[in-house]
Amino acid sequence: MLEALDFSDSRAEFARGMRRSIPVVIAAAPFGLLFGTLAIANGMSVGEAVLMSATLYAGASQMVGIELFGQDIAPWVVVLSIFAVNFRHVLYSAVSGRATRHWSVLKRYFAFFFLTDPQFAEAERRVTEKKPVTFAWYMGVAVPIYVCWIAEALVGALFGQLIPNPDALGFDFLLPIYFLGLLMEFRERQLWLPVVAVSAVTSVSAFYTVGSPWHVSIGAAAGILLAVIWPAQGSARSAQEQQT
Amino acid sequence: MSTTVWIILAGALVTYLTRIGGDLVLSRFERIHPRVEAALNAVPAAVLTTLVAPVATTGGIAETAALLVSGAIFLRGGGMMTGFVAGAVVLISLRNLL
Repeated sequence: MLEALDFSDSRAEFARGMRRSIPVVIAAAPFGLLFGTLAIANGMSVGEAVLMSATLYAGASQMVGIELFGQDIAPWVVVLSIFAVNFRHVLYSAVSGRATRHWSVLKRYFAFFFLTDPQFAEAERRVTEKKPVTFAWYMGVAVPIYVCWIAEALVGALFGQLIPNPDALGFDFLLPIYFLGLLMEFRERQLWLPVVAVSAVTSVSAFYTVGSPWHVSIGAAAGILLAVIWPAQGSARSAQEQQT
Repeated sequence: MSTTVWIILAGALVTYLTRIGGDLVLSRFERIHPRVEAALNAVPAAVLTTLVAPVATTGGIAETAALLVSGAIFLRGGGMMTGFVAGAVVLISLRNLL
């Protein structure tokens, strides 16, 4: 199933990464614009909105952040909330760290700045495809998403008030469709269905009881816990995926 | 610098720490326990599910139809772009027609 790809050709790898970034850029664009628009509505300056997208680079936590800026809340509470919403990235870096062990430490910790939900899932998907996660490929995915994300904050901040009816364009629902696609690409993995079932039930329950954004951590924890307590699977991954 | 800028920079710092934290801890171990490995293997399915399932319950006809159409295409191996574009087309047309 593995085509004859030259993974040492950095330019080709970067281009392959860029191709995978296209749906991400499309799906995240409305969200990025919305962030810029809401940041202004919550009293931020254009520069601050752009700074936030460029340095945090994490949509959900940016939304939580500007929501709290609008109110009179102690700065450390805002920072703690951002940390809580982003806590799932600890899992991403643990998982992606395995796939990028062959990089230098400097490259790894530079690249992990860009470790968003889609970036992580695309990298893990490449592992599942038994292809190496090269630095050029990884940055090929990351650069277009990052550049567009900053540009969207700027455009949203400057012109956001001009969009009459963003809902008619399906703005709010493109990311779930994209995430569904990513989710399906992992369906060959061991325990995929039980994990999905448990995470789905738990996250939906948490969504309606505890509330957003905590349903993400709670639902993810339940699915991961299931995998931990599931009777021994051996080191499935080393057998399956590390023979590249 | 304003308080807002400081909050943004502090938020950026803690976010970056979460993005390197898991690897910082895990890379210290020579061997990874099979249970930990099982947990790590489950991360994509577990997290992605939480990003889809709750939102899916909030949608109306257009949103549900979009997820069903794209889901069917993804399931049959139709590829990311095909499924995504099909879902978006269904979503936008139904939202404007209904």
